Amino acid sequence: MKQTPLRDTHHALGAKMVDFGGWEMPVQYGPILDEARCVRERAGLFDLGHMGRVQVNGEDAVAYLDRLATNHVAKIPTNSIRYSLFCKEDGGPIDDLLVYKGDDHVYLVVNASNTDVVLEWMRAHTGGFDVEIDDQTATTTMIALQGPKALEVLKQVTTDCDLDALGYYKFTFGTVCGVPNTRISRTGYTGENGFEVYFANEHAQRVWDGIREAGESAGVQPIGLGARDTLRLEAGMPLYGHEIDREHDPIQAGLAFGVSFKEEKGDWIGRDALAKIAEAPTRALVGFTTDGKRVPRQGYALMRGDEHLGDVCSGAVSPTLDTNIGTGYVPVELAVPGTELEMDIRGKRQTVKLVEQPFYSRTRKKS
Amino acid sequence: MRPDDRKYLSSHEWIKIDGDTGIIGITDFAVQELCSGNESDLVYCDLPEEGRVVEAGETFGEIESVKAVADLNAPLGGEVIEVNSAIEDHLEILADDPWERGWLIKIKLAAKTSDALLDAAAYEDVVAQEA
Repeated sequence: MKQTPLRDTHHALGAKMVDFGGWEMPVQYGPILDEARCVRERAGLFDLGHMGRVQVNGEDAVAYLDRLATNHVAKIPTNSIRYSLFCKEDGGPIDDLLVYKGDDHVYLVVNASNTDVVLEWMRAHTGGFDVEIDDQTATTTMIALQGPKALEVLKQVTTDCDLDALGYYKFTFGTVCGVPNTRISRTGYTGENGFEVYFANEHAQRVWDGIREAGESAGVQPIGLGARDTLRLEAGMPLYGHEIDREHDPIQAGLAFGVSFKEEKGDWIGRDALAKIAEAPTRALVGFTTDGKRVPRQGYALMRGDEHLGDVCSGAVSPTLDTNIGTGYVPVELAVPGTELEMDIRGKRQTVKLVEQPFYSRTRKKS
Repeated sequence: MRPDDRKYLSSHEWIKIDGDTGIIGITDFAVQELCSGNESDLVYCDLPEEGRVVEAGETFGEIESVKAVADLNAPLGGEVIEVNSAIEDHLEILADDPWERGWLIKIKLAAKTSDALLDAAAYEDVVAQEA
C-alpha cells in the first residue's frame, strides 16, 4: 500500500488504518460520529495525501482539458476552481475532479482510486495538443482544514496572502507554517467553510503539527476518512464508486452544474451521450432519511411493493440530522421529496422518505 | 488467552455448552473489528425470535456499526430458547463484557459438536492472522 508522509503520525495518534484506493489511510482516530460533530461545531484536520494531484502545463492546457472535461474550462476565471468530470464517449464517468485554473497552468485534483486510470486516459488523449502532464501525487501532499473555526485557525499560521478575501472555490498561494508557495484553496468535501492546502512532501509534518498547534485552543482535531464520508453525504456531495461510476452519469446524478453543453466549449468526449440523457432522463439520484435503526448501505434495494426501483448508493448515521440518511437511484417520476419507499435489508423492509438535497447546508436559512 | 471454557468459529462467534443448552455470543475481536474500540459506533443488533430453529453455521442475526454490518453465525444448531434483548438497546454491553453479560442467544442444542468449532488456542491463531 502507498503511504502519505503522515502515515506514522496517524499511527502514533492511534488511528485505525485502512486500504483506501490503494493507500494506507486513517479511517478514524476515535468515534466517527464525534469526529463528524467536531467538524460541524469546531474544525477538523484531514490528511488527503491519497488524492491524485495532476498539473497540466503547456500552451494548449485549457483547450486540451475542454476536450476531456465536462465543464467549460476556458470559462473558469483565473484563480477559480470548478467541479467537473471526465467521461467516456458513452457518458460514463471515469472520475470526478476539481479543476484549478491558474494563470499559466491548470491543476487537477482527482480521486485516489482513479488516479492511475485518469492519468492513462489523459496521456492517451494528448494528440494534437501542446501539453505536459505532470503527476505530482507522489511528491506533494494535501491537507484540509474544515469547519467554522478553519479560517481563524489557518490565519494564525498563514502569511503572504489574505485568507479573508479568498472566496469560495478560489485559490491563491501563500506561506503556511513557514512553507512558501503553498497552494491554498477555499474548498472542501464536508459542507463547511474550509481550506485545502498543497505542498511538497518534506513539509508535511511541519504543516500538520503547525495547524494542530494553532487549532488546539479552538478544539481542532484530526479527522479520518470515515467521518469525511458522513460529512460529504450530509452535504449532498457525490463520491465516485457510489453516486457516480461508469454506469451512473452526471446528469441523472444531479451534477449538471458540472457539465457544459455550450457551443463555445466545442465538442468534448461524452458530450453527445450526455446531451441525449439530459433530454430524457429515466432515473434520478435522490436523498432519503429513514427512521429505522438500520443504516442504509450501498447495494440495498429500494422497493415499492415487489417492484425493485433502484439501489442505495451511500448511507450513513447522520449526527447532524440525528437520523440515518442515504442516497439512491429511483425512476425519475418518483424522485419527489416526501415520497415514501422501502429499503430491503437482506429480506427485511425499512421505510425511507425522500427529502430535499442536500441534507445539510451551512448557509441555508433555518426554518 | 481468551476463555477456554467454550468453542469458537473463525467468524468470531463463541458457544458455551451448558448441558443441553448452548450460549452464543461474539468475541472481543469481533467487537473491536466492528467499532475499533469506540463502542458508541455500534448502532444496531438484530437477534432472532425465540422458537426459531437455526442450523449450525446459519446466520441468525446481524450486528451493525456506523461503518459495517456483520453476520451473526450459529456455531451449533438448535432451537432459540432465550434472547438477550437487553443488547438491542445497550450495545455497549458487547464492548464491556462480550464473554458473560454480552451473550446474544441461548439455544437448545440439536448436536453438541461440529467440525467448524475451534478451541481457544486454535481461535487465537485465527485472530493472530487477521489482526
